[in-house]
Amino acid sequence: MREFDYQRAADVAGAVALLGADPDTRFLGGGTNLVDLMKTGVERPARLIDIRELPLDHIEPTPEGGLRIGATVTNGDLAAHPAIRRRYPALAQAVLAGASGQLRNMATVGGNLLQRTRCGYFTDVTKPCNKRVPGSGCPAIEGEHHNHAILGASGHCVAVHPSDMAVALTAFDAVVHFETADGPGESPLASFYLPVGDTPHRETALPPGALITGVTLPPAPVAAVSRYRKVRERASYAFAIGSVAAALDVRDGVVHDARLALGAVASRPWRAVAAEHVLTGAPADAATYAAAADAELAAARPLPHNGYKVDLMRNLVVAVLSELAEEAAR
Amino acid sequence: MASSTSSVITLEINGEKHTLPVDHRTTLLDALRERLDLTGTKKGCDQGQCGACTVLLDGRRAVACLQLAVAAEGREITTIEGVADGDRLHPVQQAFLDLDGYQCGYCTPGQICAAIGMIEEHAAGWPSAVTDDVRPEAGPPPLTADEIRERMSGNLCRCGAYVSIVEAVARAAGEAAAERRVTPAAEAEEAVA
Repeated sequence: MREFDYQRAADVAGAVALLGADPDTRFLGGGTNLVDLMKTGVERPARLIDIRELPLDHIEPTPEGGLRIGATVTNGDLAAHPAIRRRYPALAQAVLAGASGQLRNMATVGGNLLQRTRCGYFTDVTKPCNKRVPGSGCPAIEGEHHNHAILGASGHCVAVHPSDMAVALTAFDAVVHFETADGPGESPLASFYLPVGDTPHRETALPPGALITGVTLPPAPVAAVSRYRKVRERASYAFAIGSVAAALDVRDGVVHDARLALGAVASRPWRAVAAEHVLTGAPADAATYAAAADAELAAARPLPHNGYKVDLMRNLVVAVLSELAEEAAR
Repeated sequence: MASSTSSVITLEINGEKHTLPVDHRTTLLDALRERLDLTGTKKGCDQGQCGACTVLLDGRRAVACLQLAVAAEGREITTIEGVADGDRLHPVQQAFLDLDGYQCGYCTPGQICAAIGMIEEHAAGWPSAVTDDVRPEAGPPPLTADEIRERMSGNLCRCGAYVSIVEAVARAAGEAAAERRVTPAAEAEEAVA
């Protein structure tokens, strides 16, 4: 590991000032991803600014009726919060589906959004990777890619975003708030993660030097009947091979409102806009759910070893929407 | 500002203060084992994947291998050496002993620290990934074997002593719950919605 300087920030403005425009400096939250990547040499910062003591560890109601989640709220506290569990249960379920109890107590909301892919070529510094070393190539396309992207990938990178939390946040139209030396800014999560294109090393719309200060959940009554379902290669403590965050409002047998986001299928949490279009106003039945899944997955471009994900996601979407319709009818 | 790659830090471990110079790259795990002779905390994977290095930070379970020592300054650190009350073992330790919650014992300190933290989380009403209904109105789920397995999934046991580990954790959790009923010190806090 490269030697590094370490400083603690006392307030948000101080943290942003300490970082400055230094590309060799990183903010340190829980460190569950950053410290791991520093050990393997993927990340080699010269300086860490510890932001864990910033006063960003609260979850508060917003004037509009939503919730504001501070950037240093731990994953554990987020999933345990009564208002999150009551009003956005899929978000609590998504967080609980990720990592382990220990890691959730360390990991922060801001860090969760910025965590890096677990693609084996990205995490192995002896291998080429366009995300880690732009222009070096992507061995995953011809190599080990059974858990890689089926949607939105490019010939430059087929890695998936590993977050569960961000999938639920995407379904509920969350907005990311950040602070820069020039003042505060915000970005809807839907456009926070950049398309892969030929720049897989550029992952988010966060301006250089910016510090994530929090995430806002707009009011979403539909989210009260919501669910997160994750499929993985073992029962617990593993990354998703496919996941779904969904919310459904059914009135008189017709879908009044629906939210759907897919995880582990793309470089970013995948908001299923085409599927939501099919769902809204259609009869709340299995045929509608299948048509919605097909509409979204029509754009899927699987690789030789991850075609199973198309069927998996189709089945997952239909199953979760059917369960939600049943729950809504209770 | 002068750049420095080491600091003199003070760590509060098991109620005792230790002042030591550390290279910033030092993890809490290495500081405990290599610098402070607190070798009860074990190094397994050193990547946050096995749970052998689990300690309690401000009462919450965490893995010491991904925690930089310098960033742990100011926090209350409890290791396996600090969970007993003098000669009286912690109820989780006693349950692991009585019910053979181990084979080789290497993962045991991490299992015990994780179980202590987990029992507190459950007592505070935290749901888990196998909880049917996470809404607070549903109330805390009973600590079934499925709940224990999910909540303890961050701790691997290569001997496969899971059957006894689950039994030991269940017994200790039951004792803790009974104790809380006798001395209802603090009701599980329900934050405002």
